[in-house]
Amino acid sequence: MRKLTLLRTISQTLFFLLFVYFIFATQYSYSPDKEGVSGWLKLFFDINPLNLTGVSIAAGVLYSTLALGFIILITTIFFGRYFCGWICPLGSLNHFFSSFKSERKKHRGKALMESNIHKSYQGLKYYLLVILILMAVLGSLQTGIFDPISILGRSLAMVILPAVTLLLKSLYGWLLSSDYYPLVLLGEGLYRISVKLFLPVKQPHFNGIFWLALIFGLIVIANRIYTRFWCRALCPLGALLGFLASFSIFGLKIDEEACDDCNKCLLHCQGGDNPHKELPHHRGECHLCLNCVYDCPRNALSFGFFGDRKKIKTKPQVTRRMVIFAGLAGLLAVPTLRSGIGRNFKTKPKLIRPPGSLDEEKFLARCIRCGQCMKICPTNAIHPTMLEAGWEGIFTPILIPVIGYCEYNCILCGQSCPTGAISPLTIEMKQGKGDYQPVNIGTAFIDRGRCLPWAFDTDCIVCEEWCPISPKAIQLKTEKVISTDGKEITLRRPYVNAELCNGCGACEYACPVEGNKAVYVNSVGESRNPDNEMIMHRPKKLR
Amino acid sequence: MYKRLKEGFMKRREFIKQTAAATAASFVITSGILVCGSRNDETDRATRAYRQKKYQIDMAPDRPLLAAAYSKDYRKAVASAITALGGIEFFIAKGDKVVIKPNIGWDRTSEQGANTHPEVVAELTRLCLLAGAGKVTIVDVPCNDPRRTYNRSGIKAAAENEGADVIIADDSHFAKIDFGLNSLGGWKVLKPVLECDKLINVPVVKHHSLPGITSGMKNWFGVLTGPRNRLHQDINYNIAELARLFQPTLTVEDATRVMQRNGPTGGRIEDVTSYDCIVASTDQVAADSYVTRFLDKKPSDFPYIKLAENMGLGTSHPPDDKIAEIDV
Repeated sequence: MRKLTLLRTISQTLFFLLFVYFIFATQYSYSPDKEGVSGWLKLFFDINPLNLTGVSIAAGVLYSTLALGFIILITTIFFGRYFCGWICPLGSLNHFFSSFKSERKKHRGKALMESNIHKSYQGLKYYLLVILILMAVLGSLQTGIFDPISILGRSLAMVILPAVTLLLKSLYGWLLSSDYYPLVLLGEGLYRISVKLFLPVKQPHFNGIFWLALIFGLIVIANRIYTRFWCRALCPLGALLGFLASFSIFGLKIDEEACDDCNKCLLHCQGGDNPHKELPHHRGECHLCLNCVYDCPRNALSFGFFGDRKKIKTKPQVTRRMVIFAGLAGLLAVPTLRSGIGRNFKTKPKLIRPPGSLDEEKFLARCIRCGQCMKICPTNAIHPTMLEAGWEGIFTPILIPVIGYCEYNCILCGQSCPTGAISPLTIEMKQGKGDYQPVNIGTAFIDRGRCLPWAFDTDCIVCEEWCPISPKAIQLKTEKVISTDGKEITLRRPYVNAELCNGCGACEYACPVEGNKAVYVNSVGESRNPDNEMIMHRPKKLR
Repeated sequence: MYKRLKEGFMKRREFIKQTAAATAASFVITSGILVCGSRNDETDRATRAYRQKKYQIDMAPDRPLLAAAYSKDYRKAVASAITALGGIEFFIAKGDKVVIKPNIGWDRTSEQGANTHPEVVAELTRLCLLAGAGKVTIVDVPCNDPRRTYNRSGIKAAAENEGADVIIADDSHFAKIDFGLNSLGGWKVLKPVLECDKLINVPVVKHHSLPGITSGMKNWFGVLTGPRNRLHQDINYNIAELARLFQPTLTVEDATRVMQRNGPTGGRIEDVTSYDCIVASTDQVAADSYVTRFLDKKPSDFPYIKLAENMGLGTSHPPDDKIAEIDV
């Protein structure tokens, strides 16, 4: 009678693989009729009730696709945390890694059993949730940093895939440069197959992934010490669902007559919820993994509706004092973070947000740090921030034009954003065709001390060549100048037309003056923030 | 006592196990690092000197040097221009590996005139395969993301439809070549171009603010990857040098619609004028000189044409009886 746990394992595996597939498939793909990306690929972010809760509270709007989160929310009230035990891909990964326990005695047998008894540290996640929700009330959405779906999405897209790509491409490169022909053939074949399956054509690389990798690594390694430590102790989504699940009518039932106190039910408990008659059972901690049911040699445990409410701890194990303290901490965190100069755009010239991003205030109320825009950007232009956007904006998207530029005909980041932090633009809206004003993300500036025609009497014009706007936002003036050796020469020198420049950064990307480029983009002039304008933009018909 | 000994024994076994595991792990990590690190060395090791290949066919004296076909039907224009030069069978032998090098530089639609028209590439593919070519490869190193440019230009779909092999070049498609020249030292060059039997250059004619025009010879920038942006510092010399290194079997220039300003990217239909002309030639200098008229210029306005002519790559003013102008 292992059927149901087998079913659970299959469900976990399928959802995990589906999630990995969705993340890997979130990339530029072409179909003749429609430019864009399938809405299915962000399904996991849509059904995530933490996104629904966070965005609704922080931004004060119910974003249409996020309403799918109600499905999980409402069913959890009736059936408990089945999402954690059966669906959540990070939960499944933690479950998998939890099954490799140390050989050492202190992590085996009695010790393992005792480690699965409910501990007070499991209340931490509720305090974290309280902090996050109260920060969201003040308009600062930080759930994404701790959201398991976002964490796994980010880690897969920005840590694991680039690393695997680098390793495999190096391996194939080594095979291909071999003098032994069968090896070359093998490399060629493996390469073509893996490109067809998942390998990106272009090696992706991301800014500051060390912290992403560290967080992911710690979450995985913690499983070796405590079973599903992340899910039990820290996961705010788990806390949200756990809070709702404690009201659920479906859950564990204990036949106290049959129980002979063998404690086997505690051995493989995932949630740390005490499925034992002498310990208080915490329905809000139970992942419905069903391990205890099949571990019980006397069939004393079963799942069903209702049950003895007296034996069940219905409320999360938190103290009122700590909840109030956490709430105060959340409320104080936002003004503390914002009172410094950290949020002042004037000090953030490099804070170039993807096209269609909302005004910074609204943006931080919506961005869930899922990394979808970074994964899909075909030029690898969008990167996670560290502190470029202040402490409130950790892991939010930023353009780094030296690495990649914003492609003029591309609108994929807005389409892949699950919360509308980056608005889903059309090409016409982005380029300002018809009645639309063009969407600018910044303005280019020429560094005349580094620019070849300005500083070194050398023709270049690559920035003008790359400028995708017509008429060009970088224009050339042919100038007669006296060169450093005293001759009169003619040079074509670039000038930026700030009225036309959309800040895409193609010029900065292409500029041959490496390091500090001779043409660079600053966020000033971005159309999302009227306060960060540099020039008076005249209405279109007056131009 | 026995128990303690046993515990000690267990500990030792555990110790050995862990040591083995750690050794294995560090071996894997080190070899990973070595493999990653050795990547550049491997390409450096493979650097080889450029051996110039003769892609050209010696022309019969009674044939025109250059054919310009004017037609609204671009496919017909391509076919008749090549027929006027002697027919595709004259250039392509049975079983030849043919590389067609269009300009697919920018993420632009075909009407915007920034890339070669897909119909032109498709018709050339069809002709080559008809003449018995073993394999027709379409390849370019675009400026914008290759997936985007190949698709939006329409070239990928059109050429694959005719049976061409359309390659998006990645690291495995490049060989490091030492040209042994001052400004063109070591470059990564498209392997398909180096390894083919016949090379057909299919540029689009359009405005470019530095050399003034980009057409046939400038199109050879697209067989290189690496810091191409530095080539602009002596662009006329570099265009001519690349044209000397890559002398194609045929140059088929697409002047069906010609971007007049805001090149080489353009983006507006207003920047483009229709000429409905296909210029085919075995002499890339002659072809580049002929198409200057579509930008209302003369060959002498472009220093690179003069440089190439002085290098003996062709003639900028072919005699009138060597030019066939056809209206289809």
